[in-house]
Amino acid sequence: MEHTVNYLGLIPLFPLIGALVLGILHMCTCTKSPLSEKLYGILACIGPLLSFVLALVVFFQLKSMPADSRFLTHDAFTWFSVGDLNITMGFLADPLSSLMLLFVTLIGSLIHIYSVGYMAGDENFGKFFSYMNLFLGSMLILVLGSGPVVMFVGWEGVGLCSYLLISFYSKDTANVLAGNKAFIVNRIGDLGFVLGMSFLFWAIGSGGFDYLSLRENAHLLTPGIGLVVCLLLFVGACGKSAQIPLFVWLPDAMAGPTPVSALIHAATMVTAGVYMVARFSFIYAHVPLAGSIVAWTGILTALLAAIFAMFQRDIKKILAYSTVSQLGYMFAGVGVAAYSAGIFHVFTHAFFKALLFLGAGAVIYALHHEQDVWKMGGLKEKMPKTYWTMLIGALALAGCPPFSGFFSKDEILFSTLATGHTGIWAVGVAVAGMTAYYSFRMIFLVFHGPPRNKEGFDHAKDAPAVMTIPLIILAVGALFAGFLNLPSLFGGGLNVSKWLAPSLIDHHPHVGISVELLAIGASVVAFAIGITMAYKKFGQGAVEPKYSGFAEFCYNKFYIDELYHNILVRPYKGFGSIIWKSLEPNVTDIHVKIASWLYQKAGTAFKVFQVGYVRVYAIYMVIGLSIMSLLLSQSLN
Amino acid sequence: MIQDYLILSIILFCIGIIGVVSRRNVLVIFMSIELMLNAANLAFIAFSRFHQSMDGHVLAMMVMAVAAAEAALALAVVILLHKHKSKLDTNVFSLLKG
Repeated sequence: MEHTVNYLGLIPLFPLIGALVLGILHMCTCTKSPLSEKLYGILACIGPLLSFVLALVVFFQLKSMPADSRFLTHDAFTWFSVGDLNITMGFLADPLSSLMLLFVTLIGSLIHIYSVGYMAGDENFGKFFSYMNLFLGSMLILVLGSGPVVMFVGWEGVGLCSYLLISFYSKDTANVLAGNKAFIVNRIGDLGFVLGMSFLFWAIGSGGFDYLSLRENAHLLTPGIGLVVCLLLFVGACGKSAQIPLFVWLPDAMAGPTPVSALIHAATMVTAGVYMVARFSFIYAHVPLAGSIVAWTGILTALLAAIFAMFQRDIKKILAYSTVSQLGYMFAGVGVAAYSAGIFHVFTHAFFKALLFLGAGAVIYALHHEQDVWKMGGLKEKMPKTYWTMLIGALALAGCPPFSGFFSKDEILFSTLATGHTGIWAVGVAVAGMTAYYSFRMIFLVFHGPPRNKEGFDHAKDAPAVMTIPLIILAVGALFAGFLNLPSLFGGGLNVSKWLAPSLIDHHPHVGISVELLAIGASVVAFAIGITMAYKKFGQGAVEPKYSGFAEFCYNKFYIDELYHNILVRPYKGFGSIIWKSLEPNVTDIHVKIASWLYQKAGTAFKVFQVGYVRVYAIYMVIGLSIMSLLLSQSLN
Repeated sequence: MIQDYLILSIILFCIGIIGVVSRRNVLVIFMSIELMLNAANLAFIAFSRFHQSMDGHVLAMMVMAVAAAEAALALAVVILLHKHKSKLDTNVFSLLKG
């Protein structure tokens, strides 16, 4: 079977070329005569769509191969070679990356199409799409990279693009600061990734530093080194996928345009951490302790973010915390070695979260950039398409059977229960109830009840077709994606898990049907309780409450931002100013000062010879030439 | 005898050096330089005669050409200096003093 295909590199290349072309066009024309938005829109959507077509080709080619040797590679060129470290710019498509490819390109394309409508009239239209294409291209490099180093290129690329896009409305300082925060917090995680990668290379890298070779050599890792590698890589995943303690950047990332939030939350960026842990499943599977740490971090993040989400009043912040919460679930899944369940939740989450963000974008667009849910209400009649699609998204997020989120979340909760992590399971079920509560709190406040802002309500209407069609496609995905991985209990065949099995070291515990029923029953009950509470409180037109006590504490996110500011940022700044004011002038600059002082003194000493009369210089010349002649005649003898 | 010619050449050269170093008038300094060049020319011719070869003649001709060019330049400089300060005393021109 031929495993080398040369079109694999084209998948990330198309959006990258798009980014280059759009960027050059924008730079050349923005000051004089901006090109039409139609041209930019078409150019922007071509790259992602072509990548999606190629992703389909890759998928079907893999499908035609025998299950145990499903992979395609393409080594574009040798990047660098130092000693044992030979890094080729190589791409690898196996079942795991092909699944990621499919939804990243599909959802990325839909978000691009939607953005053409959402960003209409923006003066930096071309720049926006250049960044978006670059974002998607970086994510595709991350997903397709054949080894950790190539993955890291994409990893840094998405970090850079998130910075560029979060601070896209750069006239407002707050947006730029949010971009900075995202970038700096991500850098902390990146350091973990680089260190983990270095340890991995040091331990088993000499046999080749791509996934296929690493996987073969994984058994050579000692448990201690394995644990260190796993935890360092997980620090990287925490940064990118917004887990405790590095989750603070994601809610602030809402400063960017709404389609960017959708892209960050659904298709790119935050899924990278989960993907990375699943990609290194051959290491994590050998280190159960690391898995437990990952799972507990994940579920605690899920709990914390769900608590925050219940009290937010900015529609995008509610969704942001729900993403953090769902990412927590994914890490709980991959932590208990249910890698396919985690990746499947990434997959379904991409659909319903993109849907919810784009729907929220449509609401914000209709209400002229109003984001406070307490100033919305009753939009159901005015925006029926947005309402119905967002309702589907919320049901999927809340885990209502048979929407996609139900199956994927239940798969994770079932896995935690089946592997004996009862504590994680219990927290997970509680979070499921909270998820139902906050997602329907949002739906009720935005679409039901009396309109709280009469003026905005009167002008609200559904967005143009270029924005609603992607919503409808995503709604179909959110509705039916769950059936792809139907558990055997419902007569399905766990098709996604089976598809992913060759890429992952998946752990399928065999437990009785009663455990499965218990998991499902608990999830459904939690969902029902959550939605009932939300209905009771907000279904009939609630009035804006005054937060106090615990609610205020939650609304302010437990003051974690302030805590970080006081215990990390301020001491760091203080340390910096100490160095700047005392260490630098007195210690590091002293050499420079001594050297300059010496030159000055030497110059003063030699100054006396420079009398300024031509004849004196002639005397110097005669003396010098005489000495030289003498020495020359000496040496001739 | 060759020694006589060389001694004369050395004497002329030393007079040139002393002229350059001790005189203050720019034109006299310039004449002293010419004297040194011609002292060298005398030595060339003497050696050329002594060795029965034409190499020294060639070099002497070249030195004359260079001296002519130098004279053209130097006189221009002298004129400029005179225009600048209306004097040809080198002690007046001491801008190089450190």
